[in-house]
Amino acid sequence: MVTFKDFRNTVKPNWCPGCGDFSVQAAIQRAAANLDIEPHELAVVSGIGCSGRLSGYINSYGLHGIHGRALPIAQGLKMANRDLNVIATGGDGDGFAIGMGHTIHSIRRNIDITYVVMDNQIYGLTKGQTSPRSAAGFVTKSTPGGAIEPSLKPLEVALSSGATFVAQSFSTDLKELTAIIEEGMKHRGFAFINVFSPCVTYNKVNTYDWFKEHITKLSSVEGYDPSNRTEAMRTVMEYEGLVTGIIYQNENEPSYQEKVIGYHEEPLNKADIMIKEEELNELMKEFM
Amino acid sequence: MLHQLSWKVGGQQGEGIESTGEIFSTAMNRLGYHLYGYRHFSSRIKGGHTNNKINVRTSTVHTIPDDLNILVAFDQETIEINYKELTKEGVILADAKFKPVKPEDCLAELYIVPFTEIATELGTSLMKNMVAIGATAALMNLEDEVFQSVVNEIFGRKGEAVVQKNMEAIAKGHQITNELLKDQVGKFELEPGDGKHRLFMIGNEALALGALAAGSRLMSAYPITPASEIMEYLIKKLPKFGGTVIQTEDEIAAATMAIGASYGGARAFTASAGPGLSLMMEALGLAGMTETPLVVVDTQRGGPSTGLPTKQEQSDLMAMLYGTHGEIPKVVIAPSTGEEAFYDMIQAFNIADELQLPVIVLSDLQLSLGKQTVEPFDYSKISINRGKLKMDELPELEDKQYFKRYEFTEDGISTRVVPGQKYGIHHVTGVEHNEEGKPSEAAGNRKKQMDKRFRKLQYVHFDTPVFTDAPNKEADVLLVGFGSTKGAIEEIRPMLDAEGIKTNHAHIRLIYPFPVEEMKPLIDHAKKVIVVENNATGQLANILKLNMGHHDKIVNLTKYDGTPFLPLELLDRVKELLTDGDI
Repeated sequence: MVTFKDFRNTVKPNWCPGCGDFSVQAAIQRAAANLDIEPHELAVVSGIGCSGRLSGYINSYGLHGIHGRALPIAQGLKMANRDLNVIATGGDGDGFAIGMGHTIHSIRRNIDITYVVMDNQIYGLTKGQTSPRSAAGFVTKSTPGGAIEPSLKPLEVALSSGATFVAQSFSTDLKELTAIIEEGMKHRGFAFINVFSPCVTYNKVNTYDWFKEHITKLSSVEGYDPSNRTEAMRTVMEYEGLVTGIIYQNENEPSYQEKVIGYHEEPLNKADIMIKEEELNELMKEFM
Repeated sequence: MLHQLSWKVGGQQGEGIESTGEIFSTAMNRLGYHLYGYRHFSSRIKGGHTNNKINVRTSTVHTIPDDLNILVAFDQETIEINYKELTKEGVILADAKFKPVKPEDCLAELYIVPFTEIATELGTSLMKNMVAIGATAALMNLEDEVFQSVVNEIFGRKGEAVVQKNMEAIAKGHQITNELLKDQVGKFELEPGDGKHRLFMIGNEALALGALAAGSRLMSAYPITPASEIMEYLIKKLPKFGGTVIQTEDEIAAATMAIGASYGGARAFTASAGPGLSLMMEALGLAGMTETPLVVVDTQRGGPSTGLPTKQEQSDLMAMLYGTHGEIPKVVIAPSTGEEAFYDMIQAFNIADELQLPVIVLSDLQLSLGKQTVEPFDYSKISINRGKLKMDELPELEDKQYFKRYEFTEDGISTRVVPGQKYGIHHVTGVEHNEEGKPSEAAGNRKKQMDKRFRKLQYVHFDTPVFTDAPNKEADVLLVGFGSTKGAIEEIRPMLDAEGIKTNHAHIRLIYPFPVEEMKPLIDHAKKVIVVENNATGQLANILKLNMGHHDKIVNLTKYDGTPFLPLELLDRVKELLTDGDI
């Protein structure tokens, strides 16, 4: 029987004490264990930033790539081995600034991977500049007069991009977060999970207390139906994005892999790739 | 009878010019001629002058010629733009519809044939190109039947009647030209072809087929001229092999997705041109640092920026050798013919797997889009070597112990395992790392890992790093090139020889690591080294000087107006350089 301890390795995280990312790491480890996945059957692909280090702190396969590109790497990996459990992780800078294009198109493409964003509304590793998730007026090293642009709305973006799984959680709520990641991993397509993961060093506005005060759990909203996209969008807008839980899920939409014509049922990395002589001859005939 | 014929068809883009050339050349290929076709086109969908020039020969050919024997014109612009290429025995076959006028200084004869009118009489003006093919058949004394199989394939699914009509259009064009041109009939009759079955394909198709034969099952790519045909070909074929092509949101995703798939153990690749390669530079660094095999095709076109997207250039060379920040080991290979394009792709995948690094296959627009005769591929030459990739069971590790994916070894190459394997867990990062892949900034480890990665370059196995044709022990001139300039260089050597100038030819196919050993005797035994390349700054010449010295005798011969080298033009340029100097 696999337990979350099997997903611990010997590397000591270099996150600040109190960083929200510790809980996200713990939730991924617990979710994988709850799903009875063995460490070698999981790969975590991360971007760059504090959150990017996460792939190195879990006893599983892990790739720490380049800034903003965790998603295309993770999708390529999943296409090469459709049996593998693939989780992509990153921060709000990684996913919503430099990598925003990939975020939207990964959502559209719907390859069966899980994307966990550690959203702290600030750039931490570069020591405190504004993020696309910083609220307008937020004072940082790069916005001394307060951020001019409004904060990006990831849930609305995800919903309007055709997401089949959209969820949000808060890093202190380990139980809910674990359950959501589990559901995301079970989901047959692309699962988008935004996690409020406070930065205790550079963000003195969006603190643990601030989130506790402002968040509404969808489980407390009576009759909320996560299969209704219109209601999901309305609710997200109504609560200004400060809700947690599974916001939307479409369980009927097949994943990208299910739709690709001719795509091998066996993982591609196990395929016999030597072409047969008659196959080559057949291909050459078209040019004669 | 002739051994060679140069034929061109021109008109407005979207008018069927391409298919006219296609039908003519496919028929010639089936008769066993050697062909080389080059298309002039613009970056727009409809309108704008386009032409397709085809060199038909009874022996091997890798270039278009300077001159032209037959010009089929569907508008006056085609005549204006192309008439200067015509020899004085040349012929213009022009559609009566646009009331063609022969330019004053045109040496060739203008014959006005009612292409459109005949086609319209037969049912639709669309068949005017078939009438033109019939007119060509008259000049070449070809039987109409040689076009039958091609017409069957193109129009077969539209029914027997359509096939009949098109064959009738050819016959009508043939017949009326016979009547109009009486004394010209058969003027351009070629010696018969050898009837052998050869491939007639663009370089991009050879590259794509090479990737397929190399076992690539996943291609991630973003459309761009002149690379798109590679993804378009493979999306048709890969599903039959269990794989697919993913059109990504940009070239950064294309390259990183291929890296992800390769990390997962599949053979994956991407293809693009200059602007896309610029976007992929950071990904190349990741592949180099994480020792992930990656094959990238760069079909060079006119740069910089958007540059000349539909024109020939070879100016990405330095960027491919030195692009990406920091220092990574990388292999750059440059095929120069369709055959090489195919086999080099297989070698590229093998080298990438063996050495666990990025391999760039450098093509250029002329090679990628030029439609050429290619000898059928030899199945026995296809081999797949995945190097130290270990996909079977691994020895047990202690709990929490990581697999040494970046173990220090004598050849610098470590055993590669992929996600999903038990006892293979390791970390992969673009951060400097230790043998287990865990981040490490320690000075000693850093140096050892850098040395390990670069040590791999000593083990590049590439079958022909330099194509050499060096009959002269001591040469007056060594002609050096890479990529599609090969054909033009081959053409002028007998001409130089006839003038008493002894030449050797070295076409560099492995550009990095540079084949110093192979090049040394060739340079030592040449009075002058002329480097022929399609760029402004003489990039290959500079690389030659950097690796070989001999600055005194290495001379640049560059062309960067967007058009390929033509043999006679190249001949003049070489002779100019020789009279300049001390030979």
